[in-house]
Amino acid sequence: MQTNHILEMAGIHKKFGRVNALTDASFTLKNGEVHALLGANGAGKSTLMKILSGLYKQDDGDLFIDGEKVSFNHPKDAKENGVYCVYQEVDTAIVPELSTAENIMLDTFASGKNIWVSKRKLEEKAKEVLFALQAGHINVRKQALELTLAEKQLVLIARALVHSAKLIIFDEPTAPLSVFEAERLFKVMNQLKDQGVGCIFITHRLPEVFEVCDTVTVMRDGKHVFFAKVEETNQEQLVEKMLGTSFENVIERREKKLGEQLIECTNLKEGRKLNGINFAVHKGEIIGVAGLVGAGKTELAKTIAGVTPASSGTIKIKGKKVTIYHPQAAIEQGVVLVPEERRKEGLFIHESLRKNATFPNLKKFSKASFIRKNEETNFALKMIGALQIKTNSTETTLNHLSGGNQQKVAIGKWMSVDASIYLFDEPTKGVDIGAKKDIFKLIADLANEGKGVIYFSSEIHELLAICDRILVMYDGQVVKEFSHEEATQEKILLYASGGKEEQNEREKHPVLI
Amino acid sequence: MKEKSIQFLFKYGAIALLAVIIIYFSTVSPSFLTYGNFSDILRSISIVTVLALGVTFTLVVNGFDLSVGSTMSLSTVVTASLMVWYDMPLWLVIILPILVGAAVGLFNTFLIVVIGIPDLLATLSSMYIIAGLHRTYTEGYSIYNHMPLTSGGTAIGELSDAFLWIGQGQLAGLPVPVWIMLLLILISYLILNHTRWGRVLYMTGGNEEAATLSGVKVKKVKCAAYVVSGIFASIAGILFTARVGSGQIDAGAPLLMEAVAAVFVGYSVLGAGKPNAVGTFFGAAVIGILLNGLTILNLPYYAFDIVKGSVLVLALAVTYVYAKNRMSSSGG
Repeated sequence: MQTNHILEMAGIHKKFGRVNALTDASFTLKNGEVHALLGANGAGKSTLMKILSGLYKQDDGDLFIDGEKVSFNHPKDAKENGVYCVYQEVDTAIVPELSTAENIMLDTFASGKNIWVSKRKLEEKAKEVLFALQAGHINVRKQALELTLAEKQLVLIARALVHSAKLIIFDEPTAPLSVFEAERLFKVMNQLKDQGVGCIFITHRLPEVFEVCDTVTVMRDGKHVFFAKVEETNQEQLVEKMLGTSFENVIERREKKLGEQLIECTNLKEGRKLNGINFAVHKGEIIGVAGLVGAGKTELAKTIAGVTPASSGTIKIKGKKVTIYHPQAAIEQGVVLVPEERRKEGLFIHESLRKNATFPNLKKFSKASFIRKNEETNFALKMIGALQIKTNSTETTLNHLSGGNQQKVAIGKWMSVDASIYLFDEPTKGVDIGAKKDIFKLIADLANEGKGVIYFSSEIHELLAICDRILVMYDGQVVKEFSHEEATQEKILLYASGGKEEQNEREKHPVLI
Repeated sequence: MKEKSIQFLFKYGAIALLAVIIIYFSTVSPSFLTYGNFSDILRSISIVTVLALGVTFTLVVNGFDLSVGSTMSLSTVVTASLMVWYDMPLWLVIILPILVGAAVGLFNTFLIVVIGIPDLLATLSSMYIIAGLHRTYTEGYSIYNHMPLTSGGTAIGELSDAFLWIGQGQLAGLPVPVWIMLLLILISYLILNHTRWGRVLYMTGGNEEAATLSGVKVKKVKCAAYVVSGIFASIAGILFTARVGSGQIDAGAPLLMEAVAAVFVGYSVLGAGKPNAVGTFFGAAVIGILLNGLTILNLPYYAFDIVKGSVLVLALAVTYVYAKNRMSSSGG
């Protein structure tokens, strides 16, 4: 491995208003290394990377690329210096109506001098780059909107490679990917490494750091706090550095006290997404639902919650058969969903915490249809206290809160309806490790109060930590059920990807309920 | 400092502008700041305000009703024809047009919610359909007392005095249409800002998906907003008929854009940043007062649209600059 520094950022300061986002932050990257950048939300990772990609201008401090001092005033400056970014929200960088080839070559023909664009040359070049990424299977004529998320990421990487990028920033690229897609991305990153491209990899998933990275930098409170080679550190240490304190077991095992049956689904079907789902949840139980992207987890959650009503099958709640045709019917039955896309589906991001908190059950807070603001405020304050939400007041609009605190509001708003069955769809997505702990505790508390919890997640280690039973979904069906004791990461992954332990495994241990 | 001044502008800009306009006109013309003139201004904006209140409701649910102008025209000719052609009793003359307006709202809902045409395009289509419908209904003629009929003879009825009182009468020192406007503003304000229904309307407009997941039946909510819009447009039509004393065709068409402008100017009142009943009234008032003052100053009428457009641009600029600032300060 060569030792010359491709990037050096030193003494970077950045203020937003009165808030210090970065104070004396530094970061270095060598040629051909994959360097993890870790930190809780608000640690300053994104700000630092936005400075590097030319979106923000630092107040103070210097940037060196290949030992030469540079100054970026615009993303274009960064690109000219070989700095590219694969954003987390790939859709913001893709033009859906254009073809894959056009998307890959976008910068070229958007800023090129030629007014004529040769489609053939474009496609040839695009094919060449994709081929180099071992992504030759992507049809370059396909409209970008038909691509999967993982393919769109590849398009963005390809776009960077067209310009012989020196370094690529990967901003939480794996968050929306399935395990397999992530593996493929890691292969691509390794390949980039071999070509001498430096990669900065931002992630919330620690195991990935050890899988793909060479070195790791941890930031906290806008500063560089830790640097190590991956071989010389471990997950516990990294978590400690990120939080600033050591992190005891994320969650203590609860004492399991099972009550009566709350919900039972029999042969639930919905379109082509769910092919006969059977399971039951009892009071005080946390059921995990594992599965890769496309296995039908989100669909199952939405069907139970009434968003996409079941086409056949029965749902019994507390022993009574019910029809859930709309979320309102589900809420009446005490079934509530904390959806995956909380900003899009779970919350009213431009409204105040108070209005969000009371919305599911406005009747409770109004008299003769007139809303009583005092009662609303009292409830919001109660919720802020109970869930330890960090906010200035009940009137703060939610876009001013961190992801973790937003998620707490998305969960807490159901406190007003006295729900008995909580569905959580990827509740820790995009949530930093501190808030994750709070959310786990919250979910455990719900179960301890006698609620039934169904926890849908592709983060298998989280399921292992928190769930009493784990159902594994594959292709719209529950293919396996594990008790907490039996379950391991490997077993779950095996079933989630359509495998079986033994040929006659299922005859020996038929999947019960 | 810059941020603070923008915030101040956003909150009090519209009111400050109104104050400046009033002070300016009262210094240049003694007849401007009189009770009679203000009562005139209020009467002149009453119909537009009622129309704009309906538009406010559809904008609250993140829709847009372009058909209100046509609906008002339809209501105008229906109201007049019920009396002039069919000599119906007063209560029917008021109820039936309102039902027609509600029906238009249902038709819009059908296009938007059931078929799934985007709001703006759906109501653009219904705007044409309804405009054509009301002209076909009267065979292209305006309706007036004892008008000659195409079938021969003259119409049997006429607009009664009781009906004309709605548009021309005075009550406790103010014109009746002003009272009706104030009452409707009060009702809209209470519903939108202080009731459960208003909250549901605003939240649905803010994020349909989240509202659905919170148990709101979004389709019904949208339907309600469009029916309210249709009803308000009908009331505006009834007021217009009573004010003018005949059923003019195409009465509502020129008022559509004025109503829409009033709502958008209203966004910037008291820092609401969203459609709201009181803001809509202020929006209509700013435009109304400005036009009244300019008339007193003898500005030619054909230049009025420049003024209207400029006020709209100013209000929108303040609203959107503020929104942009707020967005960027919350990111990062």
